[in-house]
Amino acid sequence: MTTILAITEQRGGVLRKVSHEVLTAARRLADAMGGTADALVIGEGPVGGADLLGGYGADRVLVASQAGFGLYSPDGYAATVASVGAQYAAIVFAATATGRDLAPRVAARLGVGCATDVTDFAVEGGKITVTRPVYAGRALQRLALSGAPAILSVRPNTIAALKSTRAGEAVALPVPAFIARVTVREIKAPAVAALDVTEAAVVVSGGRGLKEPENFRLIEDLAAAFGNAAVGASRAVVDAGWRDHGAQVGQTGKTVSPGLYVAVGISGAIQHLAGMRTSKVIVAVNRDKDAPIFKVADYGIVGDLFEVVPRLAAEVRKLRSEG
Amino acid sequence: MKIAVCLKRVPDTTAKIVVGGDGKSIDESGVKFVPNPYDEYAVEEALKLKEAAGAGETVVYSLGTDASQETIRTALAMGVDRGVLLQSPGSADGLEVARALAAELRDGGFDLILFGKMAVDDSNHQVGAMVAELLGLPCITAVSHLTIADGAVEADREIEGGVEVSGCALPAVITCDKGLNTPRLPSLKGIMAAKKKPLEVKPVSLGGGSVTVVSLVPPPERKAGRIVGEGIEAVPELVRLLRSEAKVI
Repeated sequence: MTTILAITEQRGGVLRKVSHEVLTAARRLADAMGGTADALVIGEGPVGGADLLGGYGADRVLVASQAGFGLYSPDGYAATVASVGAQYAAIVFAATATGRDLAPRVAARLGVGCATDVTDFAVEGGKITVTRPVYAGRALQRLALSGAPAILSVRPNTIAALKSTRAGEAVALPVPAFIARVTVREIKAPAVAALDVTEAAVVVSGGRGLKEPENFRLIEDLAAAFGNAAVGASRAVVDAGWRDHGAQVGQTGKTVSPGLYVAVGISGAIQHLAGMRTSKVIVAVNRDKDAPIFKVADYGIVGDLFEVVPRLAAEVRKLRSEG
Repeated sequence: MKIAVCLKRVPDTTAKIVVGGDGKSIDESGVKFVPNPYDEYAVEEALKLKEAAGAGETVVYSLGTDASQETIRTALAMGVDRGVLLQSPGSADGLEVARALAAELRDGGFDLILFGKMAVDDSNHQVGAMVAELLGLPCITAVSHLTIADGAVEADREIEGGVEVSGCALPAVITCDKGLNTPRLPSLKGIMAAKKKPLEVKPVSLGGGSVTVVSLVPPPERKAGRIVGEGIEAVPELVRLLRSEAKVI
């Protein structure tokens, strides 16, 4: 029987949303290959949401629980996944901070290659092929994976989580002995809790058109109006020190694929477009009607952002309050 | 302190990408190549650490074709002591690249092996961690702040909505993210000195691997959008479209 393993992620003892996307990808692979899908939950003690993974397609939920696994343990997690990895036809990770670190470690331990940051995949003749953006989105690469197991990580927000009722039978997975070479001590939360641009359903980004760093409050206010939005920034304003580089969208920043991306005062340099062109809907506000951002924007407003953005925030608030 | 830096030659981030005749790789004609930007953070960090230690050696490794010699020279011009080219056309399978690098680095006696967190051409984000696994060394990836004291490493890495703080002992593998430092530009003196620095060329042959390129295609064009209007008068129509047409509000 062909089985596919989905590596879920938890933070603070609660499964992260991306886990459902990873499991959905594993379920699709399992269905295409005529097999079953297992979800692996690694944590310390009970993990919130693990009991619901059957609802996203898990035939079994493997639970690896150990003291110290509440935080990421690169060596411990890698040893745990590698201990069962060879039994699977494929292992699916999330291309998150954790998944990007973990997937290559597991691949090296199992002696197979891996495909990271995958945005689409297919099964042809029993073999998995994947599609992934390369050259920062300026080309798409298709790769054939012949490793046993095939190892891939899927980009957050690109595989829509699907409900699929399966048993989700919980099975305890013993953690193998491992050498902890790296110790994760803590997660420092930012001063103001903020959604990450790679995970938010809506991203509102500001650029040099804002003129002064203080004016980012307009962007923050518009993001707040959408309710579930993260604040992003162009490279120019990150390099100028207005925003942390964690907010940077673009080639040397983050690649995002939200449902809605709003670019405010961003001209649309090629390296910025690289980071956001896979967004489902793009809105641009810019005073220059010839700005390259309008070439990728689904909807554009040419005008003074200092007038347009507050009005847009007000209209969005009004609409959302009406339900 | 003996530090290795692994460096890749990549197309400039603003280069126009055209698919080549083989349908699997890019047409390199007219494309400017540069050192991978994330690897430049690694080079800078190596130079800073050696300067702080007051003694040691920095060595840059690049796996690539002869054209990568120019990339290595850039690192030498920044101040790295010597370079090694692992001569190979490369592989789509990061593990094959990692195996070749690990074989070369294994007996090098390095306290620290630095990589960029990823190369901006294939965005693989894997070779550094793989080399660490193959060598049995501790590894912290995508590091944006690094402190090394008394053989102990403390590193910050950005994760979704926070910063993960970790530690390990030397020798270690670290992959570098933006924010770690500001890479220096090669000075004229550095460029002159780089011409005389040792650059060893070693042919390597990579295994076949388990990841192969089927095709490379341009990204789908986004269908042409529209200008909804000018100024604040256009806002109500934009909001209406976002709700009733795009269905994102």
